[in-house]
Amino acid sequence: MQQQEIVTAVRAFLRENFLVDDEAGLGEDTSFMQTHTLDSTGFVELIGFVEETFGLEVRDEEMLPENFDSLANIAHYVARKHEPATAR
Amino acid sequence: MLLHQFLDDSARRLPGKVALVCRDERYTYEDIDARANVLAHALRQRGVQRGDRVVLFLDNSLEMVVGVFAALRVGAVFVPVNPLTKRDKLAYLLGDMRASAMVTQASLAPVWDGALALNATVHTCFVTTGDRPLLSASGISRKLVPYPDNSGLSPAGISNATIDQDLAALIYTSGSTGDAKGVMLTHLNMVSAAESVSSYLGLRESDVVACVLPLAFDYGLYQVLMAFKVGATIVLEDSFAFPQKVMQTVAQERVTVFPGVPTIFAIVMGMKNLDALDLSALRMITNTAAALPEDHIARLRARFPQATLFSMYGLTECKRVTFLPPEQLDIRPTSVGRGMPNEEVWLVDEAGRRLPNGSTGELVIRGSHVMRGYWEKPAETAQRLRPGPIPGEMVLYSGDIFRTDAEGWLYFVARKDDIIKSRGEKVSPREVESAICSLEGVSMAAVIGVPDELLGEAVKAFVVLEDGFSLRERDVIRHCLGRLESFMAPKHVEFVTELPVTDTGKIRKASLRRRDTTTTTSSEG
Repeated sequence: MQQQEIVTAVRAFLRENFLVDDEAGLGEDTSFMQTHTLDSTGFVELIGFVEETFGLEVRDEEMLPENFDSLANIAHYVARKHEPATAR
Repeated sequence: MLLHQFLDDSARRLPGKVALVCRDERYTYEDIDARANVLAHALRQRGVQRGDRVVLFLDNSLEMVVGVFAALRVGAVFVPVNPLTKRDKLAYLLGDMRASAMVTQASLAPVWDGALALNATVHTCFVTTGDRPLLSASGISRKLVPYPDNSGLSPAGISNATIDQDLAALIYTSGSTGDAKGVMLTHLNMVSAAESVSSYLGLRESDVVACVLPLAFDYGLYQVLMAFKVGATIVLEDSFAFPQKVMQTVAQERVTVFPGVPTIFAIVMGMKNLDALDLSALRMITNTAAALPEDHIARLRARFPQATLFSMYGLTECKRVTFLPPEQLDIRPTSVGRGMPNEEVWLVDEAGRRLPNGSTGELVIRGSHVMRGYWEKPAETAQRLRPGPIPGEMVLYSGDIFRTDAEGWLYFVARKDDIIKSRGEKVSPREVESAICSLEGVSMAAVIGVPDELLGEAVKAFVVLEDGFSLRERDVIRHCLGRLESFMAPKHVEFVTELPVTDTGKIRKASLRRRDTTTTTSSEG
């Protein structure tokens, strides 16, 4: 899956379920935490969405801002998880 | 003693000690002291005077901590406002307190820009700019001032005429009826509370206190105040959104004190890889805001055997009321304890008569920590503050029902109002209902709290739609997220054709609660 497709899917999920500041837009590097787009419960929902949509399991130690606190971070994370084990 | 003397004294005694760790930066007492002076001078230059209200609308940050002491040093009253607050509520708060100045951050501009446009009292708004220019969409630019640059300056202290009867803070709290109320706390109130709490906890200079609670919440705020009082170090986190990251910091910083609420502890105990972290420095865990379930108490103690656990109870109107000495946990695990030092508490019946041990009644609190009332709300104040045993003295009627055992230990029974406690935060059903009713297509709404494993209580809304409209659960939730602090937004929305009402047209919440229990049971069965 292309990183751009991941970004599109997550952005659609956020628009659908949370209040995204559409004027400012949700840049790929915008921190959900700093812009208050998501709170702690919101991140739990986001992580649930990522697991379900991209068919992967997020381990506790992976639940970090560098993996989930922006569209770009999520895209990198998901792409990395999808890499075949041999390529890692 | 004045509240800001906590910082004055520690800065004098321990200038080079790290007072605050925040976002990978470390700040000494001397550093915080200098920054507070810089901001205090800037506030004074802009005309902020004794008794003026200064709003701190910030994430947990260096500026938030500095703002508290800067406001106090010019004799002003600081008002911490939760950064999750949305525009209309912020506009209400600014108007209600008739704020003079605000300290905030650029990332919250979508909220404060609109709120300031609706406000006539705030003349100065300091903005920590980050990388954005100070521009306003709504023509309030002349009020905006960049947050003062520290640039190595260490200006002299600032003198003021404050005495301990003056207000130090207004802390807004939700009520079951009416708008949010500003709890008026004097220097004496807050110093007394900090002294009582830090003494029973045995807080000491060598402590490293983790604070993941918002500083707009008194439980969070007092972590900073008490740490500064004893000269300890505070490790301030933005939130508990990334538990893994927070617990890594707790391990790295050798945190000794971890204050939390049941939702936070439930998350911590659900973490599978906690054993990989060295949390051996942790010597104390405190819980308040909502009761910890008995099995969580047992699991927490098993997980952190070296740490003592304090179960406590309090309300913003006096900060804290009771604590259970840790050695009593095995004897009466569900008790919230007894009154703290320099405080008297008792139960009364409906007629206000003092009840003996072994009774059930409303908890009444007497002490120097009891608020001076709700800001400009005399009727609401009169319900809570009533004459005490000494002429001229007022005592606090908590609005909470407790029972005592034969030895006088207290057990929480129920609230007298229908406030919901979710994630340890107070949620006013009325505030949520009016937000939902502002959504097009909604005819009526009723909100109750339903039991939730993680949140304590989850907010549930019953919504009646107007004819011809169709909405989804998520439409209602998203609408609320735009108007309410996120913890107030419903978790569940049920569309119904009508709501049960009394003869006088009041919605019968009790019957909704009953109905809801029935639904849950049947779907599980």
